[in-house]
Amino acid sequence: MTVDSLDPGDVDAADILGSAIERREDPALLTGNAEYTDDIQMDGMLHMAVVRSQYGHANILDVDTSEAEAMDGVHGVYTYEDLTSDETPGGGSFALPTAWLLDSLKQVPHQLLATDKVRHQGDGIAVVVAEDRYTARDAAGAVDVEYERLDAVVHPSEAFADDAEQIHDDAEGNVAFDWEIGDAEKTADAFADASHTASIDLENQLLIANAMEPRAAVADYNPGTDELDVAMTTQNPHVHRLLMAGVLGHPEHKLSVRAPDVGGGFGSKIHHYADEALVAWCSMMHEAPVKWVATRSETYLTDAPGRGHETKAEIAMDDDGNIVGLRVDTMANLGAYLSTFAPSVPTYLYGTLLSGQYDIPAIYGHVKGAFTNIPPVDAYRGAGRPEASFLVERLIHLGAKEMGMDPVAFRKQNFVPDDAFPYETQVAVVYDSGEYEKPMDEALEMLDYESFRERQEQARDEGRYIGVGFSCYIEACGLAPSELAGQLGAQAGLWESSLVRMHPSGTVTAYCGTSGHGQGHGTTYAQIVANELGVPYDDVEVVEGDTDEIPQGMGTYGSRSAAVGGSSLVKSAQKVVEKGKEIAAHQLEADPDDIEFENGEYSVAGAPDRSMSMADVAGAAYLAHDIPDEMEPGLEATSFYDPENFVFPFGTHAAIVEVDPDSGEIEIERYVAVDDVGNQINPKIVEGQIHGGVAQGVGQALYEGAEYDDNATLLTGSMQDYAVPKAEHIPEMETESTITPSPHNPLGVKGVGEAGTIAAPQAIVNAVADALEPFGVDHIDMPMDAESVWNAVQANATADGGEQPGDESGTAPETAADDGGDR
Amino acid sequence: MTEHDITLTVNGVEHDLTVEARTLLVHALRDELGYTGTNVGCESSICGACTVRMDGEAVKSCTALAVQADGAEIRTVEDLGTRHDFHPIQEGFQEEHGLQCGYCTPGMMMTALDILEENPDPTREEIREGLEGNLCRCTGYQNIVNAVQNAAEEMQPAAVADGGGTEGSGVTDDDPTPATDGGEGL
Ligand code: FES
Ligand code: FES
Repeated sequence: MTVDSLDPGDVDAADILGSAIERREDPALLTGNAEYTDDIQMDGMLHMAVVRSQYGHANILDVDTSEAEAMDGVHGVYTYEDLTSDETPGGGSFALPTAWLLDSLKQVPHQLLATDKVRHQGDGIAVVVAEDRYTARDAAGAVDVEYERLDAVVHPSEAFADDAEQIHDDAEGNVAFDWEIGDAEKTADAFADASHTASIDLENQLLIANAMEPRAAVADYNPGTDELDVAMTTQNPHVHRLLMAGVLGHPEHKLSVRAPDVGGGFGSKIHHYADEALVAWCSMMHEAPVKWVATRSETYLTDAPGRGHETKAEIAMDDDGNIVGLRVDTMANLGAYLSTFAPSVPTYLYGTLLSGQYDIPAIYGHVKGAFTNIPPVDAYRGAGRPEASFLVERLIHLGAKEMGMDPVAFRKQNFVPDDAFPYETQVAVVYDSGEYEKPMDEALEMLDYESFRERQEQARDEGRYIGVGFSCYIEACGLAPSELAGQLGAQAGLWESSLVRMHPSGTVTAYCGTSGHGQGHGTTYAQIVANELGVPYDDVEVVEGDTDEIPQGMGTYGSRSAAVGGSSLVKSAQKVVEKGKEIAAHQLEADPDDIEFENGEYSVAGAPDRSMSMADVAGAAYLAHDIPDEMEPGLEATSFYDPENFVFPFGTHAAIVEVDPDSGEIEIERYVAVDDVGNQINPKIVEGQIHGGVAQGVGQALYEGAEYDDNATLLTGSMQDYAVPKAEHIPEMETESTITPSPHNPLGVKGVGEAGTIAAPQAIVNAVADALEPFGVDHIDMPMDAESVWNAVQANATADGGEQPGDESGTAPETAADDGGDR
Repeated sequence: MTEHDITLTVNGVEHDLTVEARTLLVHALRDELGYTGTNVGCESSICGACTVRMDGEAVKSCTALAVQADGAEIRTVEDLGTRHDFHPIQEGFQEEHGLQCGYCTPGMMMTALDILEENPDPTREEIREGLEGNLCRCTGYQNIVNAVQNAAEEMQPAAVADGGGTEGSGVTDDDPTPATDGGEGL
């Protein structure tokens, strides 16, 4: 089903919440009037470029800046020593903090620029400030760095090897942390008693964010007022302001951070990177606006990649096919330093979802974090949850196979039953609400699953290999409450703040501390606020992304905006309605308890003709001639909303693929997605988010992956080498939804931004495994390019004399894909 | 660095400017002339964010030097239509939710213009092929394909009026059912 969008004018005020109205942010974006960071021009603006390490791991013997300094148009070249000298501005730590601490975490210094050692390719060594971007880049190229190469490590398993090169002096064995969740003993017992087990050994590859807009920042320091304004590509301006204040030693109240239009984030614009602090420092140093815009190559070398797991895991069943235990051992790549929220991703965002949609009585997860010589790894599109869901759904596929059961029946038998909610898992979370069979059944119907197995048999008889793969995913969004986040190690609260301000004429400005970057908050938030206040949708303006305008905020990531930000707006609007009630009561000479509020109209109970509109009340509040004694004039309210718990969206995605065992080519024949994200504020936007997420999931399954050589040099360092999927690579997606409201927030919403990304990879891998079952193929690591598929078929064919591919085997297909040589 | 005096006609307005030999067309448009609607995603002619029309053809303005465009007619997103008077392509993107962050969108629309000029009635497959040089990280492309189809219908009312007689659908005969059209392209 495709959701048709509606013109806001065609939607009844009463239906504004839940309607698929067109996005109000589009006209600016469609006419070239959007303002992205690099669009900002200022008089006297200088440009910064960063000198970056060529090598993955090296000692720095010497940095010679003289040639660069002598170039026309160069205003300054700075190394770490210059930053921290007493003569130059700022007095902060000049090191990037980690904002999520674990008990066993080994915190290592991460200076804004390297001191004596570089630990990943792209590590900053010096910055150049020049008149224009071309000169800045030229000068950066003219800085002469003398290196002494060191051995490098790329994968966690290498980092933990006995003779591995040490990356940080005080992180012995390159161990960043050693963490566990669940009950080891109980799980061991469950495995000892189990009659069947299935295991997997997998790598969940590193992905590069590739937001279409590269990271950028423009800083403008005013020496007269000591105010520092930074416009930048951020998903969380207030968090960036706080972190940057500490890094630079600049007072938070004299620092403002603004997100102009942001061209995609996917997590990569959450974290505080050195470049942003450096550009601000350069602006203070030169008392002039300074701009920095990453080139695409810089984004490949410095944007935090995501995933990067090496995992061994197993699942145990009893004789009847009930899952009795699950245990997981993961080595997680953290890269060269600890990025802002990095420690949370392979631990609390991963381990807590190991129960999936299943009622599993014993679970144990163990995760060891590794320092390696790749860029710092952090949250990316799903952040931990895709890794968990992939693992669980792959094990479920194998568990069903081990039991000789249909994967659908096996899942249904083990789902958390509908009457078990709220459901407490063995891994420290309580699922809010769920009806896991509903989306599954919907997907089965869409796929015509009943006839599929027959079709599969027939195809096999003809030498064609089709397969179906399921992914019954669960996601945790809207991380909360703050107290819990604190117990888990967060150095931040996870509330959200908003302000709803009625203007005297009755129109409204709503401010929220989230910061959208493509999610359409301007539209959905206006729907929420218009609905609460009963004012016309077009009378509500939404403001986000500017620390100067919005009192406080935590930002947009982890699909938290609707659940936490949207709920905060509801709370603020409700406070406005409450205050309005007292004003209306006063003006209508009635008791406030007798005032009813509906569709933007206050009226006296039983006397509907005695009424006032919201706009009239707002007018009265500001006129302040006739409001209750001791009431302050004005009509606005702020709230800091701290949710009672996470929300847990779920759903079933399924793919039908055809695999050619002779060439290794995979074709996705159908892709079906049935998601339950709770109530939907705008179904058109929900659908768009699902599409985008699925495309990333398809990308991970089939095309994408960051690859480094033994020296930790990035081999996939450009869009030529790293396969960001194109229009032709993404199948037509068939989407449907079921709706199970969350009881944890006033909107009943869950979260949708990452659902598709979390769900898709295992649907496709399971489908390929299903298709290749006759060849004994159980698992293929992603991305499943033609070569790896072909190799898997060959390996099994030769190993156990299983079914042979149709034609002469023995020669590998020429390239991984014939679609333009992306990989 | 040698400098050159060039003339660019952008959206019908003639501009004289002086650029370095190596200045990319996209930087001349954005930084020198202020047409910031065109975006830069990769500076290596892969992503298509910088696509503009030059003398009637879609080009990636990060790949052309400004001096190569001397004397050319350039059309950027700023010339498509206004919020009160959208071009059918803008209309299509708005109605079909063909954009999220919007960063790829100007380039997508300039390419879409090219696709529809060459083939006013493309199939979904043909649109996907036509968009091969434009990357989008947000939308998953499906709604972009819808947007281009929507624009195609809008731009050729005649074909709808006398084509096939499916009343009011405006959908062409070879409009495939998404469900069964996995297509090739994997
Ligand atoms: S910026 Fe020109 S193609 Fe990417
Ligand atoms: S809409 Fe964000 S990249 Fe296309």
